[in-house]
Amino acid sequence: MTLDDILTALFPDGHEVRNDKGVLLGTATLRSGDSMLVLGVADRTALGVDEAIRLSGHVLRSIGRDSGPILVLVDSDSQRMSKRDELLGLNEFLAHLAKVLIHADMNGRPTIGLLYGHSAAGALLATGLATRVLVGLPGADPAVMDLPSMAKVTKLSMEALEEKAKSTPVFAPGLSNLTQMGAVHLTWSHAAPLADQLEALLADMPAARDGRDALGKARGGRLKAAEIAERVRDLALQAR
Amino acid sequence: MTAPLKDITPAERARSTSFYEASARTRLDLLLDAGSFVEFIGPEQREVSPHLKIFDLPEQFDDGIVVGRGRLDGAPVFVAAQEGRFMGGAFGEVHGAKLTGLLRAARQVASIPVLILFDTGGVRLQEANAGELAIAEIMRAVMEARAAGVKIIGLIGGRSGCYGGGGLIAGCCSALAVSEPGRIAVSGPEVIETNRGVEEFDSRDRALVWRTMGGKHRRLLGAADVFVDDNVQDFREAALELLGLVGPFGLDSLKAEQERLADRLRRYGACFDAVDIWTAEGIAHAETVPELPADQFIALADRIGRTSRDAR
Repeated sequence: MTLDDILTALFPDGHEVRNDKGVLLGTATLRSGDSMLVLGVADRTALGVDEAIRLSGHVLRSIGRDSGPILVLVDSDSQRMSKRDELLGLNEFLAHLAKVLIHADMNGRPTIGLLYGHSAAGALLATGLATRVLVGLPGADPAVMDLPSMAKVTKLSMEALEEKAKSTPVFAPGLSNLTQMGAVHLTWSHAAPLADQLEALLADMPAARDGRDALGKARGGRLKAAEIAERVRDLALQAR
Repeated sequence: MTAPLKDITPAERARSTSFYEASARTRLDLLLDAGSFVEFIGPEQREVSPHLKIFDLPEQFDDGIVVGRGRLDGAPVFVAAQEGRFMGGAFGEVHGAKLTGLLRAARQVASIPVLILFDTGGVRLQEANAGELAIAEIMRAVMEARAAGVKIIGLIGGRSGCYGGGGLIAGCCSALAVSEPGRIAVSGPEVIETNRGVEEFDSRDRALVWRTMGGKHRRLLGAADVFVDDNVQDFREAALELLGLVGPFGLDSLKAEQERLADRLRRYGACFDAVDIWTAEGIAHAETVPELPADQFIALADRIGRTSRDAR
């Protein structure tokens, strides 16, 4: 499905979402007649300082002016790997985008991420992983880190990494692995209208509380995270 | 050290100890009031990474992070310190969950600040999915705690710098103190070079790395509010100073940050090198900034450097 197909299927009542060099900004109309703010990264575009500042600005302009949920569409590269982006403080721009999305979600503008293509590393942290519910579309291929970079840092051969990736969900790229970890809450189906699946999710949004560690435990992908976090929390509260 | 330890005050010991060279435990020991640190899930519990054995890699009993509580000038603080000498201080499942739990407690208590001593290359690639998600959970927990009124201060000056998702978490903190070796970035030099070529970034050019990602540049840009010399006592004093300066967090902070970052792009977006940015900031002989001793640099930064106060 192309981005246009996805937008049309999600919003049969219409949308005004523009794709400007891979940066998606706009609004769409839900079946209820309410509007949904839409932003995102398309065409496997790298997320750099110039893209991030436009995305965060789009959300900030909407806060206080509009109401309704927010959709973050993701088909990105990783963060833009360049001297210029790092020189200008890319970490701040990506963190700012995530902070704005988290703030919106905590203050009456529930956020949904829709991973319909690729994403990786810092780009995924600043977009899909900063939403309350991250949805995958079949065929999406997120990868936390690409294998060439992994090979360089881990000093393992590409062959060794590819071999381990076949049997190891905890580091291997892919939608199903991230689902098992609790990062991706659910995967929609192309067999049913996307608009119906979006409406069903909006009607039954989980609480804003971050439950991804519990999800990862229930799915057998992250057996320790929830328990460790809970034990530290309890110890810290007792220590007062 | 020639004098016997009993003749040295804790502050003198902290002043003579390099933050960069010290272990995570030594940093905490000297940063906090003497004897006040209490660890949560210490190494005696042997909560190791369940994933490193897949790669035949050694585990560490604290998984490379020390979390607990202590006192700073008598007042309670929650603290987390990453050990950059274990797996580059990278975030794995257990490592990350310890910090998440600490932040969730801080949110509930609401009145006790958190100090995070970053020393990290980012996601631990051997457990990349778990590490990435841990960072996402920490970012969420930082923002929820800040929204509840918790001050979260990042201290950056370790061997592994503050890279990858660590850089994003740092960007979520209320304020940062940084020393010259405290590099802050998303993509590390080697990663940029591998992906984009040596023409884009020569990772072996150490001067380029320091001036693009190092503490001095981050201070002058306003990414870090305080620059400190490389010793634990200066970090302690910076933490106390920042705890006194940090204001409340809310929508206005994010709007101000949007303006602060957009302004940076307008002013410096066409600059090719850090020296060009420093020159544009009005620093005469900007090319000498990397050689300036800490005291002279701090004086310069206080006069010229930007801050991110109330705008992050």
